[in-house]
Amino acid sequence: MTATAAPTPRAASVVEVFAHRHRFRVAEALPWVAAVALYFLFPDYLALGAQILATIVFALSLDLILGYAGIITLGHAAFFGTGAYVAGLLAAHGWGEPITGLIVAALAAALVGAVSGAVVLRTTGLTLLMLTLVVASMLYETANKASAITGGADGLGGMNVWPVLGCQFDLYGRTAYWYCLAVLFVCWLIARAIVHSPFGRSLTGIRENERRMHAIGSPVFLRRVTIYTIAAGMAGAAGALVAQTTAFVGLGVLSFDRSGEILIMLILGGVGWLYGAFIGVPLFMILQDRFAAIDPVYWYFWIGLTLVLVVVFAPGGAHGLADRILRARRRAAAGGRP
Amino acid sequence: MAEAFSASVSILFHGCAFAMVLYLVSVGLSVTMGLMGFVNLAHGVFAALGGYIMATTMTSMGVPFVPAVAAGVVVAMAVSVPLERFLYRRLYGADELEQVLLTIGLAFMSVAAAKFLWGPLPQPFNPPPALSGQITLGTREFPTYRSFLIVSGAVLVTVLWLGLERTRFGAQIRAAVDNRRMAQSVGINTSRLFTVAFALGSGLAALGGALGGDILAIEPAYSLEHLVYFLIVVSVGGLGSIRGPFFAALLLGVTDTAFQYLLPQFGAFFIYALTLAVLLWRPHGLFGHA
Amino acid sequence: MSFGALRVANAIDFRLEPGARHALIGPNGAGKTTFVNLVTGALTPSEGRILLGGDDITALVQAQRVKLGLVRTFQITALFRGLTVLENVTLAVGERLGAAGDIFRPAGTRRAVIEEAFLLLERLGIADEALRPVRELAYGRQRLVEIAVALGLDPKVLLLDEPAAGVPSAESGTIIEVIEQLPAEIALLIIEHDMDLVFRLARRITVLVQGAVLVEGPPAEIAADPRVRQVYLGEREHA
Repeated sequence: MTATAAPTPRAASVVEVFAHRHRFRVAEALPWVAAVALYFLFPDYLALGAQILATIVFALSLDLILGYAGIITLGHAAFFGTGAYVAGLLAAHGWGEPITGLIVAALAAALVGAVSGAVVLRTTGLTLLMLTLVVASMLYETANKASAITGGADGLGGMNVWPVLGCQFDLYGRTAYWYCLAVLFVCWLIARAIVHSPFGRSLTGIRENERRMHAIGSPVFLRRVTIYTIAAGMAGAAGALVAQTTAFVGLGVLSFDRSGEILIMLILGGVGWLYGAFIGVPLFMILQDRFAAIDPVYWYFWIGLTLVLVVVFAPGGAHGLADRILRARRRAAAGGRP
Repeated sequence: MAEAFSASVSILFHGCAFAMVLYLVSVGLSVTMGLMGFVNLAHGVFAALGGYIMATTMTSMGVPFVPAVAAGVVVAMAVSVPLERFLYRRLYGADELEQVLLTIGLAFMSVAAAKFLWGPLPQPFNPPPALSGQITLGTREFPTYRSFLIVSGAVLVTVLWLGLERTRFGAQIRAAVDNRRMAQSVGINTSRLFTVAFALGSGLAALGGALGGDILAIEPAYSLEHLVYFLIVVSVGGLGSIRGPFFAALLLGVTDTAFQYLLPQFGAFFIYALTLAVLLWRPHGLFGHA
Repeated sequence: MSFGALRVANAIDFRLEPGARHALIGPNGAGKTTFVNLVTGALTPSEGRILLGGDDITALVQAQRVKLGLVRTFQITALFRGLTVLENVTLAVGERLGAAGDIFRPAGTRRAVIEEAFLLLERLGIADEALRPVRELAYGRQRLVEIAVALGLDPKVLLLDEPAAGVPSAESGTIIEVIEQLPAEIALLIIEHDMDLVFRLARRITVLVQGAVLVEGPPAEIAADPRVRQVYLGEREHA
């Protein structure tokens, strides 16, 4: 190693680097610039675009618990669906104001998250996985059977969504696009702040080595329930967005398919760096829009196959692949030294 | 009063038949999850495969019931071996998430493949005349086939239990479930054990899928549709156990039938609530160990 | 404390004085790590009490005991392998200072936490690798990070579970020096197999055999005790 530099400047530089991890980087403006540009470039696809943006919010919320806290869930749609139904019911029963509807829906979903989290997060491993599935199934059953309220298998219709900030929702999806983009931006800021906070750092600790977290005095259970609640609220906001922009809520919002799909979308983009959602969701949904229309059976098969291939060959998703390519290039540049 | 009694008997009877099907399909999953520590969400695919092979050989080749079921079992076991050796094996000890994703991907593929090969409608189920109709047990008449299911289930769990307790193979499985590394260090060939156990588990699932085609319809989305129930049986029963899933299946089967009959407006809601309660009380299942 | 039918820790009466330099030795399977797990709260005793500074802490969970200053390291390194060395220690310091639950402000603004963590790394001589992920470090250096994390919690009682275990002899010298230089106020309990380390560091030794205390006393007594010799016959590297 090099000769000892004076400790103070060295310490200062390391501390600086470490302390500034949360600073905004220029590259982070890219997705937003792209989103605005796409509005003008593809005016016929705004409705799909709005759905994509809403789903990114959903995937972002999953990343918080899966990528950062390491909680594997097969029932994240429970919160998405709760948000969707609450927003839908509000709009169908006289209160169609979107923003307040969204906030109420998010809070309702957060409540479901807090209660279910306080219960299921006492377990780990397969039991936890199972219980997340069970909770989502319970909600699905409830929505299915309470068809007088939810419309059951036919879905909830009769939603009357009022204009948001004076802009009417139109058939072209223009208002929907900006609405979803704005909500996504806010959610992204929140997620980013959480991830860079001491709380967020402790979540990565819980993910990396839970036993050690207990041994450093961390209230692990409380932290997990907290992030679970926050993520549930965000998922509920996503559900509300979908409900409000399509003016419809079907049972599918609570289904295992929905939980599975969002998991796949996030995996494709890469878990644990927040941008996996921004890559995986559009990739999945655009391909789905193309191919599911041709043949839904083929689509289902190929998405299953992709998942298998990703797990076997590219476990980090798009992010992992990019990472590996970069590291390989660096190694080659350094003359093959590892 | 007599009506309530009669209804209870009915519920118990049909509940037990349902339980036997659930048990047959899930016991393999319990053993492989306890043995290899591998979260296999595609286990139901083998059950569906068994059912499909049975149905196809019966309808398009005119094969009688018993050989058709046997064919289903054999095909499922044959498919399971390369799957375990070349795919699953790579992920033993991998992150749980990866196992979940891999097996969900496989399940998706199988659902699409089934729809492509056999169409979206459920397969017709035709038990042989010897097992159709009704038989008289005591003062009541019961559907013969369901009675057959109950008897087969009871016989099978006994055979499995004896096999686990009395044979060397069973002892090896119990050792490996208990402590894999110890088992390896006393010379048990765990990799061969895994392949054989996995094949047996898949064969049993296929048997359950084929025999149970009347209760759990053989259709493309079979593996995902009933996944929750299989997982409930396994986790409530306890991983790696043979007895545990049997009692869990009985509990689940009878309770589910009871609620369908008495409180249909709630559907499976209480089953889920019950599962939640049991798993909170005993996170490792009724017969599982830490 | 019993695991099924096996009594692992049997009526152990143990006292650790403030500022102690105490070693716990015994053959493999004697129950040393179980003892540490019981004391720190990772395991619940079937009977008996654990007192810290006169207060009964038997009912407290591990995290609560840590807050009272009861800290341990792990025999097999249990660090956050994917995170950097500095991050590992800041997590510990942050928890201690109560900063870790903060959701609203970026972790980077907590300068005091980061600087204290870095100072610890400097003291232990691992500051050069502050920004490298733990899994890239040599094993001996990882053991030092273990100790750094423990020190970051400002322990009053520190239980070191085989600190030099698995470390090549070239690197274990640093670890021994670090332990020797630990503040005198900390009550130190070291579990070790390496007798050189034990006799160099300990002022008092307890010998644990099959879950019970065989004998306890200053190093000279222990070394001369025939029962201890018998227990270790064939286990010691040199007579």
